[in-house]
Amino acid sequence: MRATLDSNEAAAAVADAHRREWGFVLSSTVRVTRDLDIAEECVQDAYAQALTTWRERGVPAKPGAWLTTVARRRALDLLRRDSVLRRALPLLIEDEAEPEVQPGDDFPDERLRLICTCCHPALGQEAQIALTLRLLCGLSTAEVARAFLVSEPTMAARLTRAKKKIATARIPYRVPSAAELPERLDAVLGVVHLLFTTGHTAPAGTDLVRLDLVERSLDLARMLYALVPESSDVAGLLALILVTDARRATRVSDSGQLLRLADQDRSQWDASAITEGTALVRRALRTRPPGRYALQAAIAAVHAEAPTWDATDWDEIVALYDVLTMIWPSPVVALNRAAAVGFARGPAAGIAELDALGDEPQLAGYGYLPAARAEFLHRLGRVDEARLAYQEALLLTENEVERQFLADRLAALEL
Amino acid sequence: MSQYLILIYEDESGYANASQDVWKEILEGHNAFGEKNADAIAGGNALQPTSTATTLRSDGAGGFSVTDGPFVETKEALGGYYLIEAADLDEAISIAKQVPARFGGLEVRPIMVFS
Repeated sequence: MRATLDSNEAAAAVADAHRREWGFVLSSTVRVTRDLDIAEECVQDAYAQALTTWRERGVPAKPGAWLTTVARRRALDLLRRDSVLRRALPLLIEDEAEPEVQPGDDFPDERLRLICTCCHPALGQEAQIALTLRLLCGLSTAEVARAFLVSEPTMAARLTRAKKKIATARIPYRVPSAAELPERLDAVLGVVHLLFTTGHTAPAGTDLVRLDLVERSLDLARMLYALVPESSDVAGLLALILVTDARRATRVSDSGQLLRLADQDRSQWDASAITEGTALVRRALRTRPPGRYALQAAIAAVHAEAPTWDATDWDEIVALYDVLTMIWPSPVVALNRAAAVGFARGPAAGIAELDALGDEPQLAGYGYLPAARAEFLHRLGRVDEARLAYQEALLLTENEVERQFLADRLAALEL
Repeated sequence: MSQYLILIYEDESGYANASQDVWKEILEGHNAFGEKNADAIAGGNALQPTSTATTLRSDGAGGFSVTDGPFVETKEALGGYYLIEAADLDEAISIAKQVPARFGGLEVRPIMVFS
């Protein structure tokens, strides 16, 4: 412990602990309250108390344990004082009858319980994401609402409905059995991945990247890797986020224009994230068959390791997409594979692959398909067809940075 | 423990067109389900097809209109149910997964408790 802090230092320390420890503190407090709302209140109180106590006495050696102790004590007081409240609550279901209350500050990590409950398949995926941001990351309802571009009352209602379902349908607060864990982990990883892709290229709006969402997804992936290091899917997703996000600084120019992979300044890529990510990819690929995240991360790593665009090993990328298509036959993967074929074997081959996907109903309305066609048509000098394809892509794209990019490409056709 | 209702929703034409062998298989499936989960099952029934249903709709003035057919016309109709006891939703889901429902699927609903 360090002696007194000024109020700015204390606020910064509490904000840091909020970011790092919220999920740990809350998940442990839920063991005492067996009610999510009461636990949230108690954790909120603990952070408020930290603001004054840490200013007077310095930041404790283990902020998470300090906050957990305070929050759990508050919860026990509350429940003891209000036994009526206790009886009226539909309590969360656990495997043990009574949570252990240990002396000292060594609390077991309960975050896997919490995230498996938040991402239970009986909850809709929107609710899963909202609960995860709220309960694991500690975002306020207003912040979660902003992340989804919905109003705060709408989000508040969605969170309330989801918590009510957890309590009344008795979704257990428990780490799934070893047999169930892979399937349940899959849902959790789906939520973290969706959070990342939504942040990486925002579906709509003026910014290409929603940094808040990207960073939360990275925090969550790191947390899962710490909790379940043996899962190659977890390692694969963490690698995918690290290696893809390593390019963050170079994806948009200083004047706000989208820069393609070919035009990005590779010296500005985050080398330490790439190193960490590629090491994880190698580990994750050792599992047979490799998982989808590991393969996607491997593809990102091939790009990351190419010193220049021209040096990209497209044959390797196509080969990885071939495997990915087998284990994860999604139309979007097929589209990315078709584009890679175009770079590996020439624009005519790319167009042939893309045209084969023209009837895919899930790709109708997906702007990247006409955008990729337009690029290859442009390279082949088929200007009229390229113009139509760019116009189609523009109709289907709502992110402002991407729209500007397509408009510029369209204008370049006329030069 | 809590009670859950497992509602069996299926395409009725599946049964109408099923061969004797398929019927036999399905009945054996229900028997096996019943034996294996005897401790959890608190009740259950199969329903006659929706062509036998009669619907009563409140006319808002204290009376009812009575019509032929199910309350909601859907491709997959309620064809039966089990009332089960389970510790939590995960256990209820794992029991529901064993209910034969090859022509459709299942809905699991917690029973409301009034205190």
